[in-house]
Amino acid sequence: MNSVKSTWKRLNKALGRSGMLSLAFLVVVLLAAVLAPLVAPADPNQSSLLDAYAGPSGAHLLGADGIGRDLLSRLIFGARTSLLGPALIVGVSLLIGIPLALLASWYGGWVDGVVARVFDLVYALPGLLLAVLTVALFGPGLTPAVVALSIAYIPFLARIVRAAARQQRVSPYVDALAVQGFGMLRITVRHILRNIAPVVVGQAAIAFGYALLDLASLSYLGLAVQAPTPDWGVMVSDSDAMLKGYWLQVLAPGVLIVLTVLALTVLGARISGEKPPGYLRRRPAKAVAAEKNRTTVGAAA
Amino acid sequence: MGRLLLQRLGGLLTTLFLSSIVIFGSLYLAPGSPENVIFGSRTPTAAARAAVRHRLHLDQPLPVRYWDWLTGVLHGDLGTSMVTGQPVADRVGAGLGTTLLLVLMSMIMVLVFGLTMGLLAALLPGRVDGVVNALTSVTVTVPSFVASALLISVFAVQLGWFPASGVGQGLGGRIQGLVLPAVALAVLSCGFLARVTRNAVRDQLEREHVQTALVRGLPRRTVLRSHVLRNALPPIITAVGLLTAGTFASTLVVESAFAVPGMGQLTIQSVAQKDFPVVQAVALMLVAAFVVCNAASDLIQAVVDPRLREAGSTS
Repeated sequence: MNSVKSTWKRLNKALGRSGMLSLAFLVVVLLAAVLAPLVAPADPNQSSLLDAYAGPSGAHLLGADGIGRDLLSRLIFGARTSLLGPALIVGVSLLIGIPLALLASWYGGWVDGVVARVFDLVYALPGLLLAVLTVALFGPGLTPAVVALSIAYIPFLARIVRAAARQQRVSPYVDALAVQGFGMLRITVRHILRNIAPVVVGQAAIAFGYALLDLASLSYLGLAVQAPTPDWGVMVSDSDAMLKGYWLQVLAPGVLIVLTVLALTVLGARISGEKPPGYLRRRPAKAVAAEKNRTTVGAAA
Repeated sequence: MGRLLLQRLGGLLTTLFLSSIVIFGSLYLAPGSPENVIFGSRTPTAAARAAVRHRLHLDQPLPVRYWDWLTGVLHGDLGTSMVTGQPVADRVGAGLGTTLLLVLMSMIMVLVFGLTMGLLAALLPGRVDGVVNALTSVTVTVPSFVASALLISVFAVQLGWFPASGVGQGLGGRIQGLVLPAVALAVLSCGFLARVTRNAVRDQLEREHVQTALVRGLPRRTVLRSHVLRNALPPIITAVGLLTAGTFASTLVVESAFAVPGMGQLTIQSVAQKDFPVVQAVALMLVAAFVVCNAASDLIQAVVDPRLREAGSTS
């Protein structure tokens, strides 16, 4: 019991209020996705035309869509496809990106040069365009979209890992380990990777958010997740509801996307050790006053 | 400076050349033969199929076709649409102007609002900073299609101020039709630019050279302009370059949302119809726009910061 309490305290301290709020929100979304069949009030694909565009009521807590499907249930089931895709994208790009980045940072020289240039080239292409081209090749669907975005996200994550690992590479402890005869594999995986873990995890959370946005954009365009499947991006593309003025049907999934990505970026920034923006940080009054004095330049101009 | 220019131009052409190979090569690796688009659901005779393949030069090896296509592109001939039979250059030309106008309108909004919010947040710590920070944390996570949906439901459907889809005739009509799409594109970028500007200016305000200049009694306006802003420019320029490039990519989404007849909508339509000559042309142009934006921001940096002109020869 005591250890649970202290873990909670440590987590609270490390993540801060904003980080804990974000984490709580993400846990709720994740639980909803995993337990969707248990928590959803209705079958997400059960339509009843009598309920078309029904407003919020006891039968449909958030109302129903154009063919009378329960909106809340579709949102809950939609969390599944909306989270599964980005999870695969981030997983695959970490699996390929981390080894490449570690190799590049360890050996340096031409290995580093080649890897860095390839990353730059892929980074120069917009991920969305790459995904649209892949869909042109293989037809619309979640798989081609996920494959294309995984490739596009490798440099995003690998460049950060490479930079962080290079800083570690030149620290004295790495030389000390090398002198003791430990091999490259052991040092990079057990020491360097462990030391840069917070940055990797934090940036992976942020990448998860962006992948969610990109994938939802593709689903919105009808290129990734296909229509009858409940998905947040697909739900926003219901232009019929929007033009008839039923904004809840369109904006509720949109708001969920925004909140999820917001929570991911806030949490990611906290984990990777970025300072929270001023409005979230509780600072002693003295520091605020000092900052005001220091920057009166601007206030006057 | 000249050397840096040459170097950037070389890198730009190399990237374009490599991506043209990738784009051309990958589209012809697609499962199913490209000529099936022309036949639709009909099953052609072997002779008809052979004739069509010959007319489209599909009976020639890939490198030869690539070379023909590339020389054609360099002479302004982008090929013929397989669906409409129009020259691709005509279809692309019709959309290009609209897309450029859309990106321009969006970036003007981003510069005006992003820079203003960023500067206000940096120079007025406390409440203003807090409000801007809260606002931008949210806007950087609003994808353009959600912004489009919101704008359409409020300003097109509820208030009826702007059309929900399509653009009108003439420049005035075009601009009116492009206002909502431009705002949808600008929402995310505004927040991003505001954050970059705030951090860059804050960073400079805390530097010793700024404190020194103030202590020496230089007018605050001068310190702000030539000490703070000038030094804060490089990250801001990089951000603007990245955002302009990203805006070109986002037109794929926003033009489809608002049914704007531009390059983005053309791309999505051609992908759906498997009209490969059009897809190749627009994809290459989007990549070109992307690469040019990044190179341009590098060059502008070098103009602003003399140190980079020296460094350019080594990097």
